Amino acid sequence: MNFTLRVWRQKNAADAGRFEMYEAKDVSPDLSALEMLDLVNDELQRRGVDPIAFDHDCREGICGSCAMMINGFAHGPQPAVAACQLYMRHFKDGETITIEPWRARAFPVIKDLVVDRSAFDRIIEAGGYISVDTGGAPEANSIPVPKRDAEEAMDAAACIGCGACVAACPNASAMLFVAAKISHLAKLPQGQAERARRVLDMVERMDQEGFGHCTNHYECMAACPKSIHVQFIAQLNRDYLRAARTRRPSGCKSD
Amino acid sequence: MTLDPKIPPGPLPQQWDARRKALRTLDPSAAQGYRVIIVGTGLAGASAAATLAERGFQVEAFCFQDSARRAHSIAAQGGINAAKNYPKDDDSIERLFHDTIKGGDFRSREANVYRLAQISNAIIDQCVAQGVPFAREYDGYLANRSFGGVKVRRTFYARGQTGQQLLLGAYQAMMRQVQAGRVRVHPRTEMLDLVVADGEARGIVVRDLVSGEVQACAGDAVVLATGGYSTVYFLSTNAKGCNVTATYRAHRRGAWFANPCFTQIHPTCIPMAGHYQSKLTLMSESLRNDGRIWVPNRQGDTRPPAEIPEAERDYYLERRYPSYGNLAPRDIASRAAKAVCDEGRGIGPGGQGVYLDFADAIRKLSRKTIEERYGNLFDMYQEITDEDAYAAPMRISPAPHYAMGGLWVDYHLMSTIPGLFVIGEANFSDHGANRLGASALMQGLADGYFIVPLTVADHLAGRPAGRRGSAAHPAFAAARREVEERTQRLLGVRGTRTVDAFHRQLGKLMWDECGMSRSAQGLTRALAEIPRIREAFWKDVAVLGGGEELNQALEKAGRVADFLEFAELMCRDALHREESCGGHFRVEHQSSDGEAKRDDARFCYVAAWQFADDGQPPVLHREPLTFEAVPLSERSYR
Amino acid sequence: MVPGLWFLRSSIGKKALMAASGLVLVGFVMAHLAGNLLIYGGPSALNAYAEKLRHVPALLWGARLFLLAAVAVHIATSVQLAIENRRARPQRYRLQRSAETTLAARTMLLSGFLVLAYLVYHLLHFTFRTAHPEFSRATDALGRHDVYAMVVLSFQQPPIAFAYVLGMAAVCFHLNHGIGSAAQTLGLTHERTIRLWALAGRLLSFALFIGYVSIPLAILLGLVG
Repeated sequence: MNFTLRVWRQKNAADAGRFEMYEAKDVSPDLSALEMLDLVNDELQRRGVDPIAFDHDCREGICGSCAMMINGFAHGPQPAVAACQLYMRHFKDGETITIEPWRARAFPVIKDLVVDRSAFDRIIEAGGYISVDTGGAPEANSIPVPKRDAEEAMDAAACIGCGACVAACPNASAMLFVAAKISHLAKLPQGQAERARRVLDMVERMDQEGFGHCTNHYECMAACPKSIHVQFIAQLNRDYLRAARTRRPSGCKSD
Repeated sequence: MTLDPKIPPGPLPQQWDARRKALRTLDPSAAQGYRVIIVGTGLAGASAAATLAERGFQVEAFCFQDSARRAHSIAAQGGINAAKNYPKDDDSIERLFHDTIKGGDFRSREANVYRLAQISNAIIDQCVAQGVPFAREYDGYLANRSFGGVKVRRTFYARGQTGQQLLLGAYQAMMRQVQAGRVRVHPRTEMLDLVVADGEARGIVVRDLVSGEVQACAGDAVVLATGGYSTVYFLSTNAKGCNVTATYRAHRRGAWFANPCFTQIHPTCIPMAGHYQSKLTLMSESLRNDGRIWVPNRQGDTRPPAEIPEAERDYYLERRYPSYGNLAPRDIASRAAKAVCDEGRGIGPGGQGVYLDFADAIRKLSRKTIEERYGNLFDMYQEITDEDAYAAPMRISPAPHYAMGGLWVDYHLMSTIPGLFVIGEANFSDHGANRLGASALMQGLADGYFIVPLTVADHLAGRPAGRRGSAAHPAFAAARREVEERTQRLLGVRGTRTVDAFHRQLGKLMWDECGMSRSAQGLTRALAEIPRIREAFWKDVAVLGGGEELNQALEKAGRVADFLEFAELMCRDALHREESCGGHFRVEHQSSDGEAKRDDARFCYVAAWQFADDGQPPVLHREPLTFEAVPLSERSYR
Repeated sequence: MVPGLWFLRSSIGKKALMAASGLVLVGFVMAHLAGNLLIYGGPSALNAYAEKLRHVPALLWGARLFLLAAVAVHIATSVQLAIENRRARPQRYRLQRSAETTLAARTMLLSGFLVLAYLVYHLLHFTFRTAHPEFSRATDALGRHDVYAMVVLSFQQPPIAFAYVLGMAAVCFHLNHGIGSAAQTLGLTHERTIRLWALAGRLLSFALFIGYVSIPLAILLGLVG
């Protein structure tokens, strides 16, 4: 298969950036979108052109490194896959494919398709954990967890932190990411003690990072490689409104 | 210098408890005075960072990924073993220990493995308390399944994403310490050298992958948790970024490398499809619980699988290993697959695959049950191959997966360089010549949560506090300069071939000569060929751009340059080990029916290689292995 | 305990206020329709209802102030959220496609603005009676304000009826996304009910549209008046 690629090139954070057109020739339909970029990069390097920088690592859809808008969709038009699992057989031969980085104020571009997603780490840092020191844990089976709760927690915990939800959201909101983490821990008995504090603090940090607000378009769910459900955003809202009745975020000392 | 593994005296079950009592400790206020550098934030690194910080140490954690949560532990699918014996299969610490020693084909250290089995239960407790959503039964208690090479159900799992969930648990514990101000995480920062001053590991040299800045970072101890080196084969189940640089650079600075030829080829991967394929995707071994592996009886039988009648199928694992059948350990299953493919009975394009068939399981258990158990794996298979595994058998083939070899460490997980600790896949310690399924996660977390925090404290307790932050020793400037020069050298070649081209060339050579089966002839050829590739690399590699920017080609070039040296060490080790054991199969040493022939009289030892100098052969040291609790025996899965 | 000012600065706090004020206004739109439908009972029913409302000025003004406050909160929060949402993506995509969202969801700001414009006109028309005074000043045989006549005479003018239908279309289009969205924002939805809420919102907004526009249509067609 042959494709024309329209790829965003940006030397560094300060550069204004622009689109460049490249040809991808003799692409096997069994290649992933990233392998097609490898192929193009090989050719570019042979021509002495700086290869296209893009984040990637595991190439099996679990590490959450890869991140790019392909033809207007986060991770491309196929549902429930990351770009590394998007196979070229889903495209039309001869098609022009537009590839852009995630765009959000909270995800500044570092180079080409590489963006800085450290805002997600800072949100987790704000409270996305259960406080238990190593060695202080009770016997694992001392607290039974209803299978349904465990399954629901796992549904939420499947999030790979790739940022597609932010990228696809018309408002660049991180609500699905935060909701997934909040819900994962809120569904489990171990997560209850810090439940109120966690949701207030994580949302506060999310707001500080400059993400937009959820206006319930549910584009995030459609873009999510793990199909994380927006019911968790309702869970997040519910938990937040309940928590706000009795306490305030840790960072907010007074009103 | 002699190798002292520092194994505690006394009977195995009491060794770790006794040693723990004897280890010196630092109270949190005293620990504050020490800085520990941790490289790698996978299961081992993140859990060590969290725990050391909880105990008061100042931790600097480094990873090349953009977030600590992305380390390749995340891709482990199947599960984590523990001797909890919840399903009442008569499992025990003894049995887990026994299985692991036998699974490793008697090339691991009994004391370490026993400790691993002992700690396994505390890991599950810890992870459950952290909120890891393990699978549960309807009664709300934890579920277990059996896993490759073992007959008891002792594997805990979170769907097909156990590694991800365990890593998120460790990452979150670490991020909690970031908030507490005791851990600083440095993402997109790659370790390029180790700093050894006055005979001790005192720091590392890193490159900021965004700005390109090369800096030295000083600490009181260095912990390497940088994973394995299976990407030496280019195509593997590992992430693209996985590399040997940290451990190999430490090796060059004086850390001995143990059993580098012990690599694991995983039997259930999706076969290679084409030239530009960048990696091989693993299908969880748990599939072998219900899937049956077969090839046609006849060579070159190209009929679609459905048209091959039962009588003309060879369920070769069930035939050769009636006792374990499709659950035979990875090395055995992989080699058996290679054997049938070499006979010309392999299936699919290139004839390098075998079938993994669920038709019987679907008939017996219903499609719904299979969907529940493996739905995501079947989906993944469909996505990659465009084939429906519910309708036709999966095609699988073996692929490089795990490195049992690694830097040599003693019972304290300290390398031959004082102050340099090595944990997780990066060390050699617990899996011998073959790792059993669901043991890697167990080992990474045992090392990180429960062992290295104690032994690092013990090491530092005897040393003055307050040295942290001091990179004044001339060794720092020297190491930094070397890294900068090397970077400039890579950029200065301006050749014509891409880094990947060299990596592919090396990978193919290693797969052919130092892969699933090895021969003296092939290894000798590889040892002659590798220096030629290396020479060509330094003459003709094309690394565009500069050093002061995000330059992914430069990152790769540095890693491949190290592989080009390390590959030689692997082949040398494989050549010297004139026996077949675990994942190391020497064609000269096999029984008449193709089984591995171990040579305990000559090779019952750990081979630890000391770096001599460029152009000099490394020096071999031997740590003899003794087996008291599990008598040496032929490893049979028949 | 009522949360403090920090709540108003938070993302979810602002949205909860927007959703809650929106639902208050949805309640009003429903109640208003119930009153309007009295027109099918003839002049006496409608005029008597209108007269009754005016007889309790405290209630009437209380309700009016409450609704005004809801409108003010709704507008203030939505404008602020809209500005912050724009800021959250300073550089737009060259190409962005959608897979899940609806036209109504994407045009909430526009439909909201149309509703506001229509609301001003509507108040000038029927409440302050300055827009079309010629139809609005009559009293009925009992000396009450003849609301019935005002409505009938107004809607016999096709341009006025048309403007009304357009205005109600904007309101109901706004609610098409608004009701389900408010339920989600307030955390009332669950996995199984999320689509139900959205569907209920769509059905309700459609029902409201039918109810409201039936009046000018009936008048234009001569079925009422």
